[in-house]
Amino acid sequence: MAQASLPIEPEPRPGSSARARPGWLGRLGVGTSVGDGAFRVTTALVAATVVLALIAIFAELARASSLSLEAFGLDFITSQNWDPVRDEFGALPFIYGTLVSSLIALLLAVPVGIGTAIFLSELAPEWIAKPLGFLVELLAAVPSVVYGLWGIFFLAPVLREHVQPFLASTLGILPIFQGPHLGFGMLAGGIILAIMILPTISSVSREVLRAVPGIYREGALALGATHWEAIRTAVLPHARSGLVGGVILGLGRALGETMAITMVIGNRPEIDLSWFAPSYTMASVIANEFTEATGDLYLAALAEIGLLLLVVSVALNVVARLLVWRVGRLPSGARV
Amino acid sequence: MKQHIYSVLLFSIATGFAGCKGKETAATGSGESDGDDIALNGAGATFPYPLYSKWMSEYNKLHPTVKINYQSIGSGGGIRQISAGTVDFGASDVPMKESEAAKASGKLQHIPTTIGAVAVAYNVPGVSTPVKLTPAVLADVFLGKIDKWNDERLTAINPNAALPDKQIAVVFRSDGSGTTGVFTDYLAKVSPSWKSEVGVGKSVKWPAGLGAKGNEGVTGQIKMTPGSIGYVELAYAMQSKLPTAALQNKAGEFVEPSLEAVTRAAAGVNLNEHLYASITNSGGKGAYPIAAYTYILVYQDMKDPRKAAALAKFLWWAVTDGQAFTKPLHYAPLPAHSADKVKIEIRSLKAEGKLLISGA
Amino acid sequence: MEDASYMRRKLVDHAVRGACFIAALLAVVPLFSVLYYVASKGAGGLNLAFFTELPKPVGEEGGGMANALVGTLELVGLACLFAMPLGVLAGIYLAEFRESKLATVVRFSADVMSGVPSITIGIFVYTLVVLSTGHFSALAGGIALALIMLPTVTRTTEELLKLVPEELREAGLGLGVAKWRVTMRVMVRTALPGIATGVMLAIARVAGETAPLLFTAFNNRFWGGALDEPIASLPVQIYTYAVSPYEDWHRQAWAAALVLVTMVLVLNVTARVLVRHRVRAR
Repeated sequence: MAQASLPIEPEPRPGSSARARPGWLGRLGVGTSVGDGAFRVTTALVAATVVLALIAIFAELARASSLSLEAFGLDFITSQNWDPVRDEFGALPFIYGTLVSSLIALLLAVPVGIGTAIFLSELAPEWIAKPLGFLVELLAAVPSVVYGLWGIFFLAPVLREHVQPFLASTLGILPIFQGPHLGFGMLAGGIILAIMILPTISSVSREVLRAVPGIYREGALALGATHWEAIRTAVLPHARSGLVGGVILGLGRALGETMAITMVIGNRPEIDLSWFAPSYTMASVIANEFTEATGDLYLAALAEIGLLLLVVSVALNVVARLLVWRVGRLPSGARV
Repeated sequence: MKQHIYSVLLFSIATGFAGCKGKETAATGSGESDGDDIALNGAGATFPYPLYSKWMSEYNKLHPTVKINYQSIGSGGGIRQISAGTVDFGASDVPMKESEAAKASGKLQHIPTTIGAVAVAYNVPGVSTPVKLTPAVLADVFLGKIDKWNDERLTAINPNAALPDKQIAVVFRSDGSGTTGVFTDYLAKVSPSWKSEVGVGKSVKWPAGLGAKGNEGVTGQIKMTPGSIGYVELAYAMQSKLPTAALQNKAGEFVEPSLEAVTRAAAGVNLNEHLYASITNSGGKGAYPIAAYTYILVYQDMKDPRKAAALAKFLWWAVTDGQAFTKPLHYAPLPAHSADKVKIEIRSLKAEGKLLISGA
Repeated sequence: MEDASYMRRKLVDHAVRGACFIAALLAVVPLFSVLYYVASKGAGGLNLAFFTELPKPVGEEGGGMANALVGTLELVGLACLFAMPLGVLAGIYLAEFRESKLATVVRFSADVMSGVPSITIGIFVYTLVVLSTGHFSALAGGIALALIMLPTVTRTTEELLKLVPEELREAGLGLGVAKWRVTMRVMVRTALPGIATGVMLAIARVAGETAPLLFTAFNNRFWGGALDEPIASLPVQIYTYAVSPYEDWHRQAWAAALVLVTMVLVLNVTARVLVRHRVRAR
């Protein structure tokens, strides 16, 4: 009875807090008034589910991968032998594929993304910056699978027919630009990822640049600096850690990206120096093999890849947020 | 505003449901009298998927209350999901290994449904006559040891084909695949180096090439990649109009995959007591060397009697009337001697200890 | 001498500004390319059958994606049903009790969770829901999508509640209304339009999610509908059709992409226009 009456207590007066009981209920805030207490407890419990969900994800993945953790230990990340027939699982080819494709993505997206951010926040007049910034952010709204579709039917053929022959004939001495022109492969994966992380990098960078007080700019300009010199000497140094944070957030997104890259990277668990060669990423191997892995060890190995991916992306995310916070706030609702 | 969004969502869902319910009744008409819809879920091999999806669509027309949803996720997936009990039936082109069968919660039966061919399909612009391949050359192409279309070992057996100076791009399955199982089983039989370097399995370590998901994905990848070669079930190659290689069989003839050549491969091979049979590298005259039975996997004693009865009826239909749909899709019907054994097997299926099909 | 150095500095300035302008142009090229392809290839695939019929058996022409359309609506609806009450309440807690230790932990967890790759959420829901219930199901798919939405809804709600002027709260408290009622009636109501736009953005994001559905909602050739049955969805169908060899399926994949992209972009644009509108009105 007493419990049932808790939430329906009619309109307690603020003065009723005088009857506050000590103890845990009081600490939770129940003392101020019963309605307020119930409110606080309810919202606190719901809020705690967010924490619980996160813990559960970690715990469940760790549990699912325990077999593989025991069987391979550290060899799992150093062996490049992914051989389901012999029940031998080494994740290095996937780690390599994930890292290199993300690296290509950063190589392309960082200059373009930061350049875009500088243009939008420092150079462009408002009437251009607004719509253009909006368009760049829309890149983040296009679903991954649609990028994959575009990758299969547009990007891969263009790479095969034009870009790869061109790269091979100009920079062909580099081992990364050698081998047959398939279209599908590491390069295609990297380019798709670059497009997908570009909005993250540019929108975070834009917010970070905006957070730099105008006085620095004006000071530099007043001393006779050109626009670029003002940006380089006054704005960028203050924004540096935030910009790095934005890049790391982009990297985090690239690592976990699944569908688009699965559709274009060629899905071969082999380490090949060439960017033209097919490769495989951690997320892709889970997408392809998770529903069909027979054998407990095989399944556990896939779960362990998931766990690795989770730990690395979460760590990157935390680092990035700390860096960005040093400069200013993240744009609210930014998809990062 | 929030309420507004909620109501819009709920409304759209509600109308969605209403829409599909309306659709169902429209399609159902008077239909069967056995009450509510029965939804059966199956998953597995992509090898027989064109046939299975045709069967399930036709069966739904005959029995509108029975909806059989089959998802082609690969044979490995079929075995895994039926063992985990997340689907009502599985499907695989390679029989389950003992270690796999041990993980299931009950005894699983293999029901052979049809015979198909693993065709070696390719996309080489300008080559019109079927490319001929000997077992050794085929193995070396997939081992990556022959990597140009105009390699002299290829031109030697194909003097009349205008094979270009182009890299060969091997396309293989990235998922656990019965088609891969059958193909590697064949390669291991004919090539010692394949056997020692790669081996046999549903997922193997491919020495060369591009990975794609499902027979659908491999066929799609071959179509998208000039210079590529891959192995797919014949129906996929035919439906997407890809040329297929003539393979040299045990008798030394070059045979293109076809209904007849597959039927010949199965002739004279009997299903064993588990209803398995391997018909790769068959010795028969005119036999296509990479052919296989494909199986539906069901628990011998099922839990839900209604679902079990519906499933048993469907299986019975599939191996009897349903066989008429095999030929137009380039699968071979079950030979009479196999079909008889399969029917006995289907009659032995039970739910909660009771037989599902009486008499028949 | 002085002039030469000035000229050089001026030149560098122009070069860098030009480069930044080019970067901004480059950034929107992929968007237009994708949108152009989706629109031009997708428009040809749209017809009545696409919206009203079920898929045809493999390799046969015709049929549609009606089940996948409804499936996506159902999955997103389920995700909202789970994520919205949880996310909004959690967001209220964060905004109202922002100094508490729990709030710090929750805020941090929500931020971390928004960085969790969606494919790992798929594994989590598979082992937790699919294996324990014994079905791939719409429910499992909805839960996976809800987990992706949850942190966004939580943090958006918090941020928007913080924007509500404190004077409103004080006015309410001054009238002797209980604090929780002030929060719900005054603060939350004022912030609602903003929260709604945040939710719209979250919906737009999960509507296109594919990876976590592959092993939760799975796919269905027929109408799903029941919560414990596998269900089709537009993104999974696009993936399946895109990698297939059939031209008719490619056509339908583009058409589905057009529908999906339109949905997502409309949600995005509306949400942003609403936000802008509100900011201007203030």
